[in-house]
Amino acid sequence: MTAQATSSTPVRKLHGLIAEFTSPGALVTAAEQVRDAGFTRWDTHTPFPVHGIDAAMDIRRTRLPWLVLAAGTAGCLLGLLMQWWMNATSAADFPTVPTFLQGYDYLISGKPIFSLPANIPVIFELTVLLAALVTVIGMLALNNLPRFHDALFRLPRFRRVTTDRFFLRVDADDPRFDAEGTAVFLRGLGAVAVEPVESDGQPAHWPRWLVTALVVLAALALFPPLVVAKARLSKSPKPRIALIQDMDNQERYKAQQSNPVFADGRAGRQPPAGTMARGQLHTDAHYYVGRVGDDWALTFPPQVTVDQAFLRRGQERFGVYCAPCHGLGGAGDGLVHQRAVQRDTPGWVQPSSLHDQLIRSRPVGHLFNTITNGIRSMPPYSDQIPPADRWAIVAYVRALQLSQDARLEDVPPERQPELR
Amino acid sequence: MTSVAPEIDNTAEIPGRRAVLITGDLDFTGVTDTVAAVWERPRPPRAWYVALAISLTLLTILGAMVLYLILNGVGVWGLNNPTAWGFDITNFVFWVGIGHAGTLISAILFLFRQKWRTSINRFAEAMTIFAVMCAGLFPGIHVGRIWLAYWLAPLPNQMAMWPNFRSPLLWDVFAVGTYFTVSLLFWYVGMLPDLATFRDRATSRPRQIIYGLLSLGWNGSSRHWHRFERAYLLLAALATPLVLSVHSVVSFDFAVSQLPGWHTTIFPPYFVAGAIFGGFAMVLTLAVPARELFGLKNIITLRHLENCCKIVLVTGLMVSYAYMMEFFMAWYSGSPFERFIFRARAGGPYAWAYWTMIACNVVAPQLFWFKRVRTNVWLILVVVMAVNVGMWFERFVIIVTSLSQDFLPSSWDYYRPSLVEILTLAGSFGLFFTLFLLFCRFLPMVAMAEVKTVMPQAALTAERHPHEHVPPTRAFDYNPDEHEPPAQTGGSS
Repeated sequence: MTAQATSSTPVRKLHGLIAEFTSPGALVTAAEQVRDAGFTRWDTHTPFPVHGIDAAMDIRRTRLPWLVLAAGTAGCLLGLLMQWWMNATSAADFPTVPTFLQGYDYLISGKPIFSLPANIPVIFELTVLLAALVTVIGMLALNNLPRFHDALFRLPRFRRVTTDRFFLRVDADDPRFDAEGTAVFLRGLGAVAVEPVESDGQPAHWPRWLVTALVVLAALALFPPLVVAKARLSKSPKPRIALIQDMDNQERYKAQQSNPVFADGRAGRQPPAGTMARGQLHTDAHYYVGRVGDDWALTFPPQVTVDQAFLRRGQERFGVYCAPCHGLGGAGDGLVHQRAVQRDTPGWVQPSSLHDQLIRSRPVGHLFNTITNGIRSMPPYSDQIPPADRWAIVAYVRALQLSQDARLEDVPPERQPELR
Repeated sequence: MTSVAPEIDNTAEIPGRRAVLITGDLDFTGVTDTVAAVWERPRPPRAWYVALAISLTLLTILGAMVLYLILNGVGVWGLNNPTAWGFDITNFVFWVGIGHAGTLISAILFLFRQKWRTSINRFAEAMTIFAVMCAGLFPGIHVGRIWLAYWLAPLPNQMAMWPNFRSPLLWDVFAVGTYFTVSLLFWYVGMLPDLATFRDRATSRPRQIIYGLLSLGWNGSSRHWHRFERAYLLLAALATPLVLSVHSVVSFDFAVSQLPGWHTTIFPPYFVAGAIFGGFAMVLTLAVPARELFGLKNIITLRHLENCCKIVLVTGLMVSYAYMMEFFMAWYSGSPFERFIFRARAGGPYAWAYWTMIACNVVAPQLFWFKRVRTNVWLILVVVMAVNVGMWFERFVIIVTSLSQDFLPSSWDYYRPSLVEILTLAGSFGLFFTLFLLFCRFLPMVAMAEVKTVMPQAALTAERHPHEHVPPTRAFDYNPDEHEPPAQTGGSS
């Protein structure tokens, strides 16, 4: 009866027929008949899993367990690999890996860098986690869920499928399907009702307002990542934004700022009048300033002894502080200079060559003063190099100068043959 | 509360006959009507509103306390130098333990084919999820600078700073995180068919859309059911070792350390037994009022309650054995530090807490030896309330007694919780009950589809073999050998 309704509404599309049963037993019996009649595209719908329906419908066992096994194995290996990588490798082992992925093999509590027993719990958890996720996702995917449009849902009768009614559905695309004949066949199986499953034939589509809203939301959702990407890829002279300050920026006065708390209005405190900090009483002008009387000292102060060890010290300090600009040979061609030339740095002035006649003629006290206070664009080094080391550098500079401007007779006679 | 309906006693064991699990002559329609009524009635009972109001108040207090903590730092708690863990970790272990009963019911009893689980598994799983949420809160907020809590996760970063996988505290992050995720999946997947029931019964358009989306288009196809049941079985098989591992890992937080009173190999099984003990007490605490309030007495019957009581008794005995064994090992080990700490537990500054625990966890459950107690809802409530309190004190005793008197007597100190800690604990109950009450009202509280499978009507007897006795089917049973060859019954129509 209901099957005939299809002919009176030709615009509607027939998807199939459903037959309603009132008990699981009647459904299983009917399913066996449908199966034996040779139908291939059909299904049953029940409020709960009916025992025996799998055999009655020839449902093959699902391959879901194999997917889950694969996922569990992957989780297990992933857990092991992750812990080994993060705790037991270092940047030195894999220098080509990007910084943000490099491992860090730090020691803690004297435990081994890589200890399998300690890694078992996390391996286990990741095994279970991945297996469970794939169980659910796999089950839904194999069932083609989620699927929100289904002509079945248009039938008021079908709503009882989730409560107390049992349905058998034969699809219209089954080769054996025939609207009239199949309806009669289904009724003969003891169905209390047989009804066509129809739709208006239009493909299911999402409501327009929903699509618009989703597109707008998706577009808006792109903003934060774009802003983050821009911040990461571009440079800015502004300090970074610290949402949570922790102790990055602390309220404090800097040395030259004014501070109303003190009577003199200065943030930096001065030593009390008439006092001197320990180690800062520099009364010996020869040793600390490089002067004897009103003139530059011509000799080294008595506090230092110029010998082989002293020159070696001077050489080593010269290599640290002077060579970057003046060059290891003192010709004014250090790496900083080379780099500046390479980059064409505007306004760059080449560091002086120490073999310049003017510099060669300077007294040692003058050279000491230049290191102490700097000259032109050379900064003062008194804060970084203690006086004894400055004198050692001066001695080494003198040795360098001699090395570039010496006659054969200046070399000890026993080593002269090496130079001939 | 609604008027107390008479209890139907289905607890009798009659040899050769299967016990009735659903009373009141309910058929499939009746089961759905009964369960859906909680959701379909225009307004829930007055008691629901009262309970929700109280819960929301507590939840607000929780929010205020957590905010206060974040703004001021952990100094607002009463923790002191030897006792660096107090209410925070006690509450964490307490709540995560509660969760275990839900998974035991939904996974382990499923594997053991305990049919009676179908009536209570849904809300027990919900209880698990809400309890684990409460549990996850405490380690999250106790770290001090909680805006750096993401450092717990192995996220790629420019500092090459990774979690320390050799620390049990990190195992905990993975264990609890996995447990929550898997429990949520298990709960949601099991709920799909029942959400579809709500979708199909919904009368208003918003409800149809919401439950339609939530049920993912479930249409009860037998081909879907086949994979669904297999997925459910797999999830149960995965959740079973998981639930045992979670509290084992939680116990490693203590057992892997060197502290007397913590450094003991009995902890993992002892913690798991305690978790199930406390969890079932919470299941009963929720089930007794809920079945009364929402008219579910025909589905959650006296027999279900009695079974839970038996589990409480058994696990209570296990826990009592563990308490005993701890003392034995302290003596037998010969370690003076172990001996000292256990003497201090029973007779030291926290003796009051220890004896509260013994009274609640060892003495109170002994009442469940008597069937009259197991079948009287008021007496059940009295006992399980004691167990709830006792299990909280168990964790408090373990954590605080061991810490407050450590190796260096000069640093011993007595730990007193601050008001903030007490209110945070109370607030966590607000979070738990708010979520639970909303769940009761808006989600299927009983696994209707599963309950139907254990009803006698689900057997294929009526139409197929009117005169033959067929034992009731186990619809979630996946032994393929048990599938009857259908050819024998082909001619019955």
